[in-house]
Amino acid sequence: MNLAEILSILNARMLTDHVPLQKAVESAYCADLMSDVLSFSVTNSLLVTGLTNAQVIRTAEMAAIEVIIFIQGKSPDSQTIKLAEEKRIPLLVTDLSMFDTCGKLYERGLRSQFHHLNQAPIITVRAQSL
Amino acid sequence: MINAEEGVFFLTGKDFTNAGAASSSLKGVLEKRGVPQDIIRRTAIAAFEAEMNVIIYAVAGMMKYRISNTEISVTIQDMGQGIPNIDLAMTEGYSTAPDYIREMGFGSGMGLPNIKKSTDHFVINSMVGEGTTLEFTIRLANGDKERA
Repeated sequence: MNLAEILSILNARMLTDHVPLQKAVESAYCADLMSDVLSFSVTNSLLVTGLTNAQVIRTAEMAAIEVIIFIQGKSPDSQTIKLAEEKRIPLLVTDLSMFDTCGKLYERGLRSQFHHLNQAPIITVRAQSL
Repeated sequence: MINAEEGVFFLTGKDFTNAGAASSSLKGVLEKRGVPQDIIRRTAIAAFEAEMNVIIYAVAGMMKYRISNTEISVTIQDMGQGIPNIDLAMTEGYSTAPDYIREMGFGSGMGLPNIKKSTDHFVINSMVGEGTTLEFTIRLANGDKERA
């Protein structure tokens, strides 16, 4: 699923500059606990979160998360946006709730790739194109 | 063969603005060396968890790294309150973090277990009232961690 599709599905706005809209992700993860993101997320995924501090950007950077979506119209401050731009992590904001954000993405074919590091990975379900 | 390299970053307790900067720099060093992405990710995650622990709990600390052709080793040493019961601290979900840390998305008790999971070798030593030293190693060649 690419950024143009995500923007349209969530009626979202882009907060960072110079982002290629064809940039795509294969899976999604949703959490407000950054420790959970660091423990359980996978690469080439997007993060849906209600937290807007700089640690979210750092967490995404370390966990090699490609895109961050903030929910319920919450935007981080300009310094945090700048950090994301430096790290080339696109930030999106939607007015939808976390439940609806995840629901809409799921409905359009995006899946999590949740697996515990000690367990065998679950078979990947690739997102369908629009 | 690329030469071994090492370096050190200093960490300041409660400096949440720069929290993660050391791990980010370490990640940059590994990228420059052309280390495989999966290994960079595991190192960055372990380093960041350890760095956040110093920022949250300690007065100050340092992160030392050494990269050879076979492994990345990182030592994070802090001057902090220390951990009275390491077994308990290693338990997933156990945390002593105050609410304002949880509001930042940390302190859910996954940090130390996650460092252990992300690395090939992990040692932690702590003295109450003096501080904590944490060392981890990630293998670079012929021994990527089995994760079956």
